[in-house]
Amino acid sequence: METNVLEVHNLRTSFYTDDGEVKAVDGVSFTLPKGKTLGIVGESGSGKSITALSILQLLASNGKIIDGEIRFKGENLIGYSDRKMRDIRGNAISMIFQEPMTSLNPVFTIGQQISESLIKHQKLSKRDALLKSVDLLKLVGIPSPEARVRNYPYELSGGMRQRVMIAMALACDPEILIADEPTTALDVTIQAQILQLIKELQHRLGMSVVFITHDLGVVAETCDYVAVMYAGQVVEYSDVFTIFKEPKHPYTIGLLNSLPRHDMEQDKLEPIRGNVPNVRDMPIGCRFSPRCPAATDLCRAELPELSKDDKGNDVRCWIYSDNWDGEMEVNVYGEKRIAQGRGVKAVFSD
Amino acid sequence: MAKKELLKVEGLKQYFPIKGGLLGRTVNHVKAVDDITFTIHEGETVSIVGESGCGKSTTGRAILRLEEPTEGKVSFNDVDLTSLSLRQMRKHRKDLQIIFQDPYASINPRQTVSDILNEAMTIQNSVPPKKRRKRIIELLETVGLNEYQADRYPHEFSGGQRQRIGIARALAVNPKLIICDEAVSALDVSIQAQVLNLLEELQEEYNLTYLFISHDLGVVRHISDRVIVMYLGKIVEIGEKEEIFEKPKHPYTKALLSAIPVPDPTHKKTHIALKGDVPSPIDPPAGCRFHTRCPFAQDKCKQEEPLLKTHRIMDETHQAACHFVEEIENGELLPRDYEIKPILN
Amino acid sequence: MAKYIVRRLLQTIPVLIGVSILVFSLMHLIPGDAAQIMAGEAASEESVEQIREKLGLNKPKPVQYFNYVSNAIQGDLGNSIRSGRPVVDEIKGRFWVTAELAVYATILAVFLGLIAGIISAVRHYTWSDVSIMVVALFGLSMPNFWLGLLLIQWFAVGVDFLPIPDFLMMRPSGWGDSWRQILLPVITLGTSGAAIIARMTRASMLEVIDQDYIRTARAKGLSEKIVIYRHALKNALIPVVTVVGLEFGAFLGGAVITETIFAINGMGRLTIAAITERDFPVVQGTVLVISLLFVFVNMLVDISYRMLNKRIDLS
Ligand SMILES: Nc1ncnc2c1ncn2[C@@H]1O[C@H](COP(=O)(O)OP(=O)(O)OP(=O)(O)O)[C@@H](O)[C@H]1O
Ligand SMILES: Nc1ncnc2c1ncn2[C@@H]1O[C@H](COP(=O)(O)OP(=O)(O)OP(=O)(O)O)[C@@H](O)[C@H]1O
Ligand code: SF4
Ligand SMILES: [Mg+2]
Ligand SMILES: [Mg+2]
Repeated sequence: METNVLEVHNLRTSFYTDDGEVKAVDGVSFTLPKGKTLGIVGESGSGKSITALSILQLLASNGKIIDGEIRFKGENLIGYSDRKMRDIRGNAISMIFQEPMTSLNPVFTIGQQISESLIKHQKLSKRDALLKSVDLLKLVGIPSPEARVRNYPYELSGGMRQRVMIAMALACDPEILIADEPTTALDVTIQAQILQLIKELQHRLGMSVVFITHDLGVVAETCDYVAVMYAGQVVEYSDVFTIFKEPKHPYTIGLLNSLPRHDMEQDKLEPIRGNVPNVRDMPIGCRFSPRCPAATDLCRAELPELSKDDKGNDVRCWIYSDNWDGEMEVNVYGEKRIAQGRGVKAVFSD
Repeated sequence: MAKKELLKVEGLKQYFPIKGGLLGRTVNHVKAVDDITFTIHEGETVSIVGESGCGKSTTGRAILRLEEPTEGKVSFNDVDLTSLSLRQMRKHRKDLQIIFQDPYASINPRQTVSDILNEAMTIQNSVPPKKRRKRIIELLETVGLNEYQADRYPHEFSGGQRQRIGIARALAVNPKLIICDEAVSALDVSIQAQVLNLLEELQEEYNLTYLFISHDLGVVRHISDRVIVMYLGKIVEIGEKEEIFEKPKHPYTKALLSAIPVPDPTHKKTHIALKGDVPSPIDPPAGCRFHTRCPFAQDKCKQEEPLLKTHRIMDETHQAACHFVEEIENGELLPRDYEIKPILN
Repeated sequence: MAKYIVRRLLQTIPVLIGVSILVFSLMHLIPGDAAQIMAGEAASEESVEQIREKLGLNKPKPVQYFNYVSNAIQGDLGNSIRSGRPVVDEIKGRFWVTAELAVYATILAVFLGLIAGIISAVRHYTWSDVSIMVVALFGLSMPNFWLGLLLIQWFAVGVDFLPIPDFLMMRPSGWGDSWRQILLPVITLGTSGAAIIARMTRASMLEVIDQDYIRTARAKGLSEKIVIYRHALKNALIPVVTVVGLEFGAFLGGAVITETIFAINGMGRLTIAAITERDFPVVQGTVLVISLLFVFVNMLVDISYRMLNKRIDLS
């Protein structure tokens, strides 16, 4: 039986700005089984990074978790004192960030920066911490690590810096690694190296990984489970095969249909019409309803819950509820499929 | 039917001087683009792909003479653009337009959309003043915006809409060739698809020619007719889209393609991992510039620069710059083990 | 780095030439006959001629300039017209007084400014931030002479902190022995600098605190203290260094007013006296020394900025 190292229930995080409250995360739930990789995908501004920062309670000073549970090995982290959180950060749960260029402190050597968490969490001496830093650099595949520990970040390329970030995150053998778009700023050939590295290390160290990205290719290649986010909410959560082969939420379907692929010929892309809603002006009902090809009056009036379908996957859409009386055509990569749900009357030709 | 050659780039070089020393003399050059040759036919979409810093944008800018090329010839409609005076060049500018990644950075935030379009038409004097308002509304509709949006400011638009404004501005002067430099790279997929479709529709309607610069090979496969692959300022492979994506011949193209994650979890991939980073364009490796990372590199590669040419086993429109295309293809030359093997203790 | 220092040194050469030309022309910018003005209205034709002779004013300008520079390089800045002593000797005694004043004022400004700036940044938008910034604004807008007079009024006349007799007992060549005597002028001079440094530190800290690498430091589980004082401060100080250097230069110039108010015999007072007495060689001398010092301090600032900021070493 799989145990879940991380369970997030109905997380809600808001920012208080001069123009009022910004509900950046407004209903995020997912689980991460031990040793597995969870992908969080969604468009820019959908709340992926804020979800991650909420888990570690690293929000900007005007941000606040207002509701929900974050269970790490069964214990709710919300309500932990800052002191207790500091023992978790960089130790049991660590994080790497999107921008390898700016995420390292320019005035300290990379050795100093890796040593810090070792000194803090494992109580190593400065000397031992530096020696361990060399090992860690070796682990992440940096050539001549003995020399590199004394380098400043500006002396390294983007790919190398991201390796340093990974080394830093792995310093204290974390149980969960949260990687927020770790490869977005890198070239594909370097991205391939980094993805490969994370996978190998995960395998060897038995970590669980939360992988945040907007690249569906990266998700397919690295993740076991996927949470799709739209406008601050998780709209679909299931295993990676289901997401790509039997997507349920119209947004997920639209996303796959908009994606230009390098590995096959497509006639025409089918974009989702319209634009992402403004955080300050969210639709009342389903947040996707203004763009959804299947939206009914019910969708526009009432927000659907994230609920389990027959197979135990989560989806936030009225189509899969007993109340649904509309019709929905599903078309994935030009191939017509039936949207399966409880109350769906799917009508399809050919 | 032989298609008409619209743009012809021959031996184009763009070197940027590096100042240094006590007196700020030029001590070296960034060889951003180093002797590239290609042609684009009318109504065609040609893409340039490659990693960051390989010279894609520099090529685009040199064609428009936004930066004076160091060497080489760029002919447009049989007119040699590089030999024109700047004043004569201005007349031709209206035929060649460029759209950037971040349209916001290249438009004046204090101008309304209609001011922006009006200005473009004024500079090129392409539409008589009386007809301009009508033309502006036409343009907005063409790119999928509404008339009421004409008097709004750029910050009132979303990223995708701003990119539409950028496209409308380029279209305002009835160009023949549009250079799209990472024009859809900053957009979310669902919006990106809208803009890509728009570009395709416009091409059909106005018989536009695109030079499409992008590092996203999914987008490139979707939009292109032909593809140019660049590495460190050189063209390493050029060919029809199907050829490049289905039968890549240069080891770099193969590695690049195999490095892109496929959005299909059942896909089993064979991955050619490249070691290390791209070398500096200041002191590019001698011989084949790719030899420092190439899993097939031999001694010859370190000494002799391979020519871009059609090898025996290739389609006639397809060229690659590698000494060992045939040997690699028929399995005589096998890749060295290039996996990264970190040491764990 | 060594290469940079050499280059920076070479860069000061044109600046030095410019400064020397400016200082040299001081003498020649005065409308009318410099010698006549120096000698005074009532001077006889003879004594005017004498001054002209002594200063070499009868030679062509380029020759004069060349002589001036070559003498200056050898440490000869001419003689004071009033006292007849070499200008260099006149300045020597006073220089250290002013330098000491400026150094103490800088120390005060850095100390107060940094502490206030950091507190302000860490607690920004709170009560302490607002009050510190209001005080800093006062410090900035308060003219030196006014602050000096207020301090004298409060401390020397009002409270018995520094009795007037002590205050006036300063030795002609410098301070009295008491730190109390030095305190008021240092505060007078250093306050505006402290205010500027506080504001600069606050702005710089606030900018740095928003950087990605600060988030990285927090994500490692480091305590807020280490995040602020180790990770943020070191970066935030980089632009502050420049300001400190500029302030030190400004203190040298600002000493003129402070020294006058507190009757301190430093370079500032010497300059004022020389101006009123039309002792041009001395004016030239003090202006030259202060300018050279300014150029020198600026160079040190640039070099230390470079050492602190590892990133720009790349280019
Ligand atoms: N400090 C803040 N104050 C106010 N709003 C904020 C703040 N930080 C984030 N937000 C808002 O929260 C929303 C979610 O942001 P988040 O960074 O999580 O997006 P994301 O999904 O990570 O996007 P991207 O793919 O662009 O990184 C955005 O609308 C953003 O504007
Ligand atoms: N004005 C310039 N002066 C000096 N070097 C330059 C200049 N412009 C570009 N370069 C250099 O030329 C090389 C090619 O740059 P270019 O912008 O063409 O790359 P690119 O292929 O467009 O990359 P990207 O995908 O990052 O946009 C780079 O090494 C870049 O640093
Ligand atoms: S020429 Fe040599 S080094 Fe270059 S790509 Fe071909 S095999 Fe590799
Ligand atoms: Mg993000
Ligand atoms: Mg570019």
